[in-house]
Amino acid sequence: MPKPVIERVAKATPASFARRVRGFSDRTIAWIFVTPTIFLLLAINIFPLIWTIRLSFTNFRVNRINADVKFVGLRNYERILSDPDIWQTMQATAHFLFWTLFFQVLIGFALAWLINRKFRGNDLWTTLIVLPMMLSPAVVGNFWRFLYQPQIGLFNYVVGFFTGADPASFSMIGDVSLAPWAIVIVDTWMWTPFVMLICLAGLRSIPDYLYEAAAVDRASKWRQFWTITVPMILPFLMLAVLFRGIENFKMFDLVVQLTGGGPGSTTELTSINLKREAFEKWRTGYASAYAVILFVTVFGLASIYVKALNRVKER
Amino acid sequence: MSAFSITEPTRRQKWIAGILVALYALITVMPLVWIVMTGFKTGPDSIAYPPKVVFSPSLEGYVNLFTTQTRLTPEQIETLPPPETWYDRLVREREKTIVGPSRFGQRFLNSVVIGFGSTFLSVFLGTLAAYAFSRFKVPLKDDLLFFILSTRMMPPIAAAIPIFLMFRTLGLSDTRLGMILLYTAVNLSLAVWLLKGFIDEIPREYEEAALIDGYTRFQAFYKVVLPQAATGIASTAIFCLIFAWNEYAFAVLLTSGNAQTAPPFIPTIIGVGGLDWPAVAAGATLFLLPVMIFTIVLRKHLLRGITFGAVRK
Amino acid sequence: MERLKLLTVSALTLGASLSAGAAQAQQGELTLCWAAWDPANALVELSKDFEAQSGIKMNFEFVPWPNFADRMLNELNSGGTLCDLLIGDSQWIGGAAENGQYIKLNDFFEANGISMDDFLPATVTGYAEWPKGTPNYWALPAYADVVGWTYRKDWFSRPELQAEFKAKYGYDLGVPEDLAQLKDIAQFFQGREIDGKTVYGAAIYTERGSEGITMGVTNALYNYGFDYGNPENPYAELDGWVNSPGAVAGLEYYKELYDTATPPGASDWYMSETIDAYKSGQVALQMNFAFIWPGVDADPNVGGDKSGYFANPPGPAGQYAQLGGQGISVVANTDNMEGALAYIKWFAQPEIQQRWTDMGGASAMKFVLEDPAYPDRKPYNRAFLKSMSIVKDFWAEPAYADLLLAMQDRIHRYVVAGEGTAQEALDGLVKDWTEIFEDEGKL
Repeated sequence: MPKPVIERVAKATPASFARRVRGFSDRTIAWIFVTPTIFLLLAINIFPLIWTIRLSFTNFRVNRINADVKFVGLRNYERILSDPDIWQTMQATAHFLFWTLFFQVLIGFALAWLINRKFRGNDLWTTLIVLPMMLSPAVVGNFWRFLYQPQIGLFNYVVGFFTGADPASFSMIGDVSLAPWAIVIVDTWMWTPFVMLICLAGLRSIPDYLYEAAAVDRASKWRQFWTITVPMILPFLMLAVLFRGIENFKMFDLVVQLTGGGPGSTTELTSINLKREAFEKWRTGYASAYAVILFVTVFGLASIYVKALNRVKER
Repeated sequence: MSAFSITEPTRRQKWIAGILVALYALITVMPLVWIVMTGFKTGPDSIAYPPKVVFSPSLEGYVNLFTTQTRLTPEQIETLPPPETWYDRLVREREKTIVGPSRFGQRFLNSVVIGFGSTFLSVFLGTLAAYAFSRFKVPLKDDLLFFILSTRMMPPIAAAIPIFLMFRTLGLSDTRLGMILLYTAVNLSLAVWLLKGFIDEIPREYEEAALIDGYTRFQAFYKVVLPQAATGIASTAIFCLIFAWNEYAFAVLLTSGNAQTAPPFIPTIIGVGGLDWPAVAAGATLFLLPVMIFTIVLRKHLLRGITFGAVRK
Repeated sequence: MERLKLLTVSALTLGASLSAGAAQAQQGELTLCWAAWDPANALVELSKDFEAQSGIKMNFEFVPWPNFADRMLNELNSGGTLCDLLIGDSQWIGGAAENGQYIKLNDFFEANGISMDDFLPATVTGYAEWPKGTPNYWALPAYADVVGWTYRKDWFSRPELQAEFKAKYGYDLGVPEDLAQLKDIAQFFQGREIDGKTVYGAAIYTERGSEGITMGVTNALYNYGFDYGNPENPYAELDGWVNSPGAVAGLEYYKELYDTATPPGASDWYMSETIDAYKSGQVALQMNFAFIWPGVDADPNVGGDKSGYFANPPGPAGQYAQLGGQGISVVANTDNMEGALAYIKWFAQPEIQQRWTDMGGASAMKFVLEDPAYPDRKPYNRAFLKSMSIVKDFWAEPAYADLLLAMQDRIHRYVVAGEGTAQEALDGLVKDWTEIFEDEGKL
C-alpha cells in the first residue's frame, strides 16, 4: 500500500470537509478506503489493458528477446479478421454459447419452477444440484474426459444401458459430430444450477397477490403463467443469460481439459485458440490484437444487451 | 387453506415436483460420486469394462497420489528388505518402490496459501472500498463502479499476456505473492459489488448515532458497521475463496514449480508408465471435497449470496 | 575385450573419484527439469552418485509429456529461475540457442575433454547442434529415443491365427517387413476375439494438444516420400516435397490405419494412452517411443516373451523413424553455473553413461551402444540400434512451435476429424509453413 500517496491526499483535502474535529475527515477516509483498491485495479487490470493495446500494433514476440520490435500498424488486426480459421473458432464459440444458454435456461427455469413448489426436503436437493458449480472446472473437466471414454467410461455405459447402443460404438470427445455436444453437456451440467438459483430468486420475488387477483378473475393456470410468471421472471432470466454468456465467451479451463480443442479444431473456442497464439506460438503482438478484438466484442455485446435488459426492467 | 389456492401447491404437485427434482439431483451428483469411488479403486478396476460399481476398495490411488515411485525388476525386488509399512507393501505388490513424496502436498499447500491470502486481501480492501462507495460521495463513483465491474469481462487468457510480461519484469512469475495479488485484483470487483450491497442495507442511522455519541468515523466503521456486515463479509469471503481455489487459466500460465496450485497440477498426475486414474481421482477428491462440504454446511448463506450478488448487479 | 573395458571403467572411476575431491568445494543446490516419465526416475537414482561426489543437492522438476513443452518453454520465456539444468526436447534447441536461453557448451566441452565424436552422430545433430550441421553445441546428448513398435509375440505365434492369416494375406504372420504389411496385421487383429476379449489392431499417436499426432504420422510420411522441403533450398522450396505424391500416400496410409485398425475412442492418444492400451491387452501392435520398452519387458501382463520389438518398417520411399530424445542443457538464468557444468561433466563420463543405460536410461554414447555385448543384453536392444540408425527429426527452428502447431492442426483435422483430403491437408501445410517462414524472414 503506497502510504505516502495517501498522506499527500489527506493533506491536500480541504479541512472544510471535515465532519469531526478528531480523526480524519470523511473525505480523507473515503480516499484511504478507496485508493488501495483503485491502485490494485489500475496496476493489474488497466495498465495491462493499455499495454495490450500498444503491443497489438507490433510484431513483438515474448520468446525473441533479441529480435527488433517493429511497429506494424493494423497488420495484426487485418490478419486476424481475414483468417478463416479464426472465424471457425468464432463459430465453435457461438455454437457453444447458444446451446449452453438454451439448455441452461430451459432446465434451470424448469427446476426453479419445480423447486418453488416448496416440497419437503427441497433445500437438500437444491444443495446437491448446486454442487457442480462450486467445483474447479479444470479438475472436473479432466475427470469428465474419463467419463466419456468409450467402453470404460461411465457416460457411455449409462447411455448404452438406456438406449441399447454399444458403449464402445461412439466416442463423445473423439467424434467430430459429437464433441461440440460433449462440451455443451458438461457445461450445462455444471452451470444449470446458477440459472436455477437466479430463477428461484425471481419466482420468490413475485408477490402472491398477483396470482390471487388472477384467480379471482378466473384466469387459467396457463394464462397466469404467461401473463404473470414469465414477464416477472424475464429480467432475472436475462440477467442469468448475461452472466453465463460472458463467462462462456471466456470459457477456457473446462474445455481445454475435456477436448483440448479437438478433434481437429471442432471445439477450439476463442480462448483456447488465443492461448495457442499467445503461449504456444508466442506471437505476442498478434495475440494482443486478438485479445483486443475479443474484449471489444464481449464488451460491445454486453453493453447492447444491458441496454435491452434495462428496457425490459423498466416495463 | 383451500385446494384452489394458487400460492400453495397441492400435495400431488409437491410429490411430482419433489420426485423430478430429486431425480435430477441424483443424476447431477453421479459424476461426483464416481470421482470419489474411482479414488478407491485399483488401477485395473478403474479401467474395467464394463465399469465396476461394486469393487473391493483399495488405497492405492491415495498412495500413488502422495508418493513418487519407480519400477523394479523382480531381481531388484529380491535384493530389497521386506516392506515395512502397509503402503510400502501395496506399492511393492505392483513391482514398484517408493522413492519419495510427490508434489501433491506442496501444490495443495500453495492452493491454501494463495486462496486464503488473496481472499483476506480482497475482502479487506473490498470492505473498505465498499464502505466508501456506500457512504461517501466519491468523485466519478458510478464510472468507477462500472469500470470495476467491466474488468471481469476480459478473458483471462487475454489478460494474462501483459500480466505475464509484467510479472517477468517484476520477478513475480511463479511466486505466491504474484498469484495472491493477481487473484485479489480479479476478486476485488466482485467483492466490492457484493459488499456495497450488504453495507447499503445497514441503516445509516446507526453510524450517525455513534458519531453523535463521540465516535470517530473509523470507530463508527469498525464498531458499528463491521459487526452488522459480518454475514455479508463472510459470504463474500466464501466466493472469493472458491474463485481462487478453482482458478486454472492464470495458474497454468503464470506458475511453474514453485507457486503452482492444485488445479493445473491434478490433471497432470501421471503414474509410473501410464495414466493413473485412481490417483487423479484421489487428488480430485481431496481437492473438491472441502468445497462440497463447505457448500452443504453453509448452503443458506451461499445460495443467498449467489442470487443476491447477481440480482443486485 | 571385456577385460579391456573393465580396465577402462575402473581407471575412469578412479579418475572421477580423485577429481571428486576438487568438486567437493562446490556446494549448493541444482534443479534439473525434465519430463515426468520412467527414465526420469532412473535419473534421480543415478544422480545420487553425483550428489555424493559433489556435495550439491539435486532437486527435480518433472512435468508430464502433454504439458512439458508448454510448461518449460513458458519457464524459459518468463525468465524463470526454476531450472538450472534442462533436458529439453530436441526441437527447442534452435529457439533456446538464438535467444540465449541455453549456454553454449563448446568451450566447456573442449576444456574438459568431452568430444561429440563419442556420441552417435544422429543424436549429436538432433540433440546438441544449432544451427544443424555446424559444430555449435548447446547440449549434451542425454537420452536417445526414437519411435518404434511393440507387438504381441504370444498372439502372433498362435498356430490358428498364423494359419488364418496366411490363408487371408498369402504370407506368414510375423514382424512386418514393410508398412503395408503392418497395416494388414493391424486390420487382421481389429475386432478379433482373443481369450474372450475383443482386441484391436494398433495403438498409434493421435494426440491433438501438444505434438502427438505429428510424432506419429511422420513415421508413415517419411517412408512414403515426405520431406521437409528441398534439402538444397530448405525454406523456400516446400511445395512438391511436403505435399509430394508420396507424402499424400503416406498421410492416406496413416488415416486408413487410424480408421480401420485402432481401438474405438483412440482420437487423442499419445504415449501414456498407447501404453495403457497395450498393457491392458487391447491391441496387438503399439507405436511408441523406445523409452517404454524396459517397462513393457518388465510388465507382469505383457512382459518377457509375450512381447517383441521392431523398428519402424520401410515404405516405398525408404526406412526412417521419428527421432525423439533430448539433450541436457544449462539454462542461461542459472544461479549455479559451476554446479550445472559439473553435473554435465559428471554425466558425460563413460561409466556413468553405462550405468545410465543399465538403470533404464538410454545413453547415446558409442562406448555404451557399440559394445559388442550390447545388442543381446536386452530383447529390445537390436530394434533400438536399428531404429537409431534411421532417425529423422522435425524442424528445430526457433519457430518450431508455430510449425508444429500448424502440422498438428492440419493432420488432426484430416486423420481424426475426417475433413477434406490428404492432398488438401498437405497443401494447407505448405501454405502455413511458407507463411511462418515469411514471418521469420527466412524467405
